[in-house]
Amino acid sequence: MSDIIRTDRPPEAAARKTGEFMPTLQLSTDHDLCPGCGEPLALRTVLESIVDLGMSQQCVGVIGIGCYTALTSIMDVDLIQALHGRAPSVATGSKRMRPETLIFTLQGDGDMANEGLQEVIHTAARGESVTCILLNNGVFGETGGHMTATTVIGQRTKNSLDGRDAAYHGHPIDMIGLLAPLGGTAYAARGSVHDAAGVAKTRRMVRRAFEAQLRGDGFSIVEILTMCPTGWFIPTEEGPDYLDTVMGEIHVTGEWKRDGQLLQQAADPPEAD
Amino acid sequence: MTRRLMEGSEAMAEAAIAAGCRFFAGYPMTPFTELLENFAAKLPTAGGTCINAESELEAVGMAWGACATGARAATGSTGQGLSLMQESLSEITRAELPLVVFNMARGQSDYYQATRGGGHGDYRHLVLAPIDVNEAIHHVQLAFHLADHWRNPVLIYGDYLLGHTAEAVDVVREGFDPLPEKDWAVDGSRGGGGDPRNLNPIGMVPGIKGIDPDSFWKRLQAKHDAMEAAEKRFDQEHLEDAELLVVAFGSMARFARHVVRELRAEGVRVGYFRPITLWPFPSEALAQAAAGVRKVAVLEQNAGQMIDDVRLSVLGAAPVAPIGGISSDSAGFGVGPLLDIETIRGRVENALDGSGARA
Repeated sequence: MSDIIRTDRPPEAAARKTGEFMPTLQLSTDHDLCPGCGEPLALRTVLESIVDLGMSQQCVGVIGIGCYTALTSIMDVDLIQALHGRAPSVATGSKRMRPETLIFTLQGDGDMANEGLQEVIHTAARGESVTCILLNNGVFGETGGHMTATTVIGQRTKNSLDGRDAAYHGHPIDMIGLLAPLGGTAYAARGSVHDAAGVAKTRRMVRRAFEAQLRGDGFSIVEILTMCPTGWFIPTEEGPDYLDTVMGEIHVTGEWKRDGQLLQQAADPPEAD
Repeated sequence: MTRRLMEGSEAMAEAAIAAGCRFFAGYPMTPFTELLENFAAKLPTAGGTCINAESELEAVGMAWGACATGARAATGSTGQGLSLMQESLSEITRAELPLVVFNMARGQSDYYQATRGGGHGDYRHLVLAPIDVNEAIHHVQLAFHLADHWRNPVLIYGDYLLGHTAEAVDVVREGFDPLPEKDWAVDGSRGGGGDPRNLNPIGMVPGIKGIDPDSFWKRLQAKHDAMEAAEKRFDQEHLEDAELLVVAFGSMARFARHVVRELRAEGVRVGYFRPITLWPFPSEALAQAAAGVRKVAVLEQNAGQMIDDVRLSVLGAAPVAPIGGISSDSAGFGVGPLLDIETIRGRVENALDGSGARA
């Protein structure tokens, strides 16, 4: 742990930029997302997995609507901009016409779990060979921190000011728990980018999901829990801890289904790939 | 020539496949269902894919993804199902994708939907309204050509009568002017080189931070203006010395044309005008056709929708009167008592009163 940056507690000194890191498939590191946002990190796991598999020139991303949409201008990947919630169907049509291509969606929780829930369920049940990437921060970040279908009980949002109350607002949806058991789902996992170990595990999950797609095993999904300190109304440095303890409590990380087999208990992805 | 007795639904699916359509997605709904059945039966053997989508929302999304890769793709429904698709149809238009959309409508009450659109934003679809199965075979192939030419959705306005009428037809692949290469199509190949493609409806350009919808949408408007100028189509006959002009589209035009021919044979000075493209509406041609008449009668099977465009074309040069109206069967499929030669002849004859059309 000594050679990686600790993100599980606030730094003792102010951050100092020592150099710039940019994934191969990124055109720039300049983006408009908030400080402390987990989405650029999540994107990095996706872009690096595409490179790992040598699919940079055989890959199409289908993008939903949310904060991450702003990241599309810096992605060096062929893209289709879909509507809020509709990316899984668009990805389906593209995959059927270009079966040799690696096709992924990038969607937020508002996009996938609210607006487009039936799309992702049907796409999974149909066993479409596409990979859906869900960036779950439990809020509508782009509108300024509103409750979504994955907001956990007790979480404060702009339209649940005293915290999500199950009796009044209903319960959050566990997306991986919902999608993993479906017959067409080959791979389902939930990662988190709240610390370096989480980022590394998430990257392995994305890669394994892509591999399942390229083998033609069926539908694959990786949910990535991302920090949204702006939408959570907490100090930036508390984001990772809040994600781990508040969101991670309900949205349990690990692999839920691999090689078409449901696991008894969510498990870390194997190290050796 | 190998003419076969074919229902419109079968003929249109065959015409689409002849035009190179390789993807179709739809959700069953009367009277669109048979078109979906025919695509499901015929596309796989033609090397294509037909998905029985779980909803119209998903059908249009799948067709969106298919045509974005450069494949010729189509979707469709009745007007009710198209209501569900409108959000995507707006976005697909603004992403400049060549989708072909079938409305096998329940009558003609989707004219506003077809020509004004039920979606958001400034967008336009070319709309072709075939009069019979034979013309539908041509229109379907033309629709794929025009969609690729303009990089814009094209809507085929059909109905129960068109879909379920069997006519002796021959589906022959038509030739059109050569089209530019689809260098915009997303096949995944441009990643990693610093110049990827991004098919989007908001003016996002890879490598450039932020968006520029203002100039993007203005460019789109200019394209739609060019489409409007270039693609007006119409049919007309018996205009010489006409005192009454009957205007109708699609299936109703077939009845109108028959009645006008009957009356002309009896020496009645009545003319016929049919917009083939509902958008762009052939306004100038209609104005010219109506220039010498005393009255314009609009026959449409709805509460009065196309009549707005007729009035905007004639601009008060002659009185414009509706002679159609709502007419439905008990199931609401648009097969009502108005679909009858004697009924329509009676309405045209009523409109003749005071027109001076009878010698």
